[in-house]
Amino acid sequence: MGGGARVNRKPFGPAAGYMDTSVEHIREVVFDVLRASPNPPAELSDATSIVADLGLDSVAVMDFVMEIEDRLDITVPLDKIAEIETLGDLVSTLGGLKVSA
Amino acid sequence: MALFDKFAPLRAAYERHESAGDNPFSIVFDRVVSPTEALIGNREILLLGTNNYLGLTYDKAVVASAVEALQALGSGTTGSRIANGSYQGHRELERALADFYGRRHAMVFSTGYQANLGILSAIAGKHDHLLLDADCHASIYDGAKLGQAQVTRFRHNDPADLAARLRRLADTPGDKVIVVEGIYSMLGDTAPLAAFAAVKREFGAYLVVDEAHSLGVLGASGRGLAEVAGVEAECDFIVGTFSKSLGGVGGFCVGDMEGFDILRVVSRPYMFTASPPPSVIAATLEALRQLRARPALRQRLMENARQLYAGLADLGFTLGPEPNPVVSAIMPGPEIAFAFWSRLLAAGLYTNVSLPPATPRGLALLRSSVSAAHTPEQIDRALDMFAAVGRELGLIAPERARAAG
Repeated sequence: MGGGARVNRKPFGPAAGYMDTSVEHIREVVFDVLRASPNPPAELSDATSIVADLGLDSVAVMDFVMEIEDRLDITVPLDKIAEIETLGDLVSTLGGLKVSA
Repeated sequence: MALFDKFAPLRAAYERHESAGDNPFSIVFDRVVSPTEALIGNREILLLGTNNYLGLTYDKAVVASAVEALQALGSGTTGSRIANGSYQGHRELERALADFYGRRHAMVFSTGYQANLGILSAIAGKHDHLLLDADCHASIYDGAKLGQAQVTRFRHNDPADLAARLRRLADTPGDKVIVVEGIYSMLGDTAPLAAFAAVKREFGAYLVVDEAHSLGVLGASGRGLAEVAGVEAECDFIVGTFSKSLGGVGGFCVGDMEGFDILRVVSRPYMFTASPPPSVIAATLEALRQLRARPALRQRLMENARQLYAGLADLGFTLGPEPNPVVSAIMPGPEIAFAFWSRLLAAGLYTNVSLPPATPRGLALLRSSVSAAHTPEQIDRALDMFAAVGRELGLIAPERARAAG
């Protein structure tokens, strides 16, 4: 099976092997993924709307969330993604999933 | 707020293309005259975007079967299989499909879209998990949405990523159902199916393969990618459509699972819609016979696919990863894709524009699909038009000449 490197990638964070589940860390990951995108947005906050401000279509939102899933080593079910409107919503959804993971 | 205000930006773009005369989403053919030709006004158009892979839509035996059934059995069934009964033809087509795939069971749906809706929403229940390839067709995502299973998306054609996501779900109760496609409709790439089958075995999951674009296209017998990969026994359900290689309309699912027929009374997109009309069923049955009896059609199709793919690559276009009957040229952006499309149409060639979110990774595509009915000369003509428009728009180098052949 190919592509193992991506799967083994450790989520970046304060200490290897230790998962930081804090909201601050999750927010940092979310903003970091967006800043690393081809067209990084000028301003990011919890109030940023994913569709209106970032201009992501339905598939781009799923691609964006997939990137975050890998960094945090969690799975976000698609129905949860559908409910998310702002980056703040996303961070709190991710926080909830991270705690229960 | 008026009801349609939410569509304002989309509507503006739509109307802009409409008034510029380059709206691929509203094209009307005044008359389609063969699997590869149509008329718009009195202009002859070469069709290179119809998914008519085997060119069976005008096959004499197929048309004769449809006419006979239409006259003998009427224009429509006026009801659903469950509420209003099945016709012999429905059962006959299901037996023919089961026989073709060497499976115990088959179920026919009114469209290919509904086959995915009907199977995915039914087989994965509230506490189960669907794992969908990132590039799966909208009908697969919509089927997942219609059901109540938890839905996880994995990276396109990446068995290791699928395995990582199954590992995360390992302690979560419920069955895991993996969904991939044979040939992906946007870029024409195939799934690494043997590797996916290995992941499926490792995690005790189920595997659904949508062969919509690979039925009649891939495999020594035309059974699709599962046949090529030698993993048919690992594919619990094969889903497909009648509207591409079989030239009709409708969809199906085949499988061996004990108790399969219970799906007929739990699958809402099967239960709550009219069954396919007798003429469509008869035409599809005959087309399936032709598909099985004429492997030469498949060879012709793949030769045409390779001719188009190699020709476009040679001209300098950026294409999907492998030569299959879906051949997509990756455009720098949507506006160039529209311009390319309309210039090709003006020159007499019909192709498709595919845009995000229907495409992967935000790509703007000028998509072609070849048919066994295309002649090598028609493919050459298409390549000449691609070359001319590509140079006009500065997408390919002017001095590059296409190699003969």
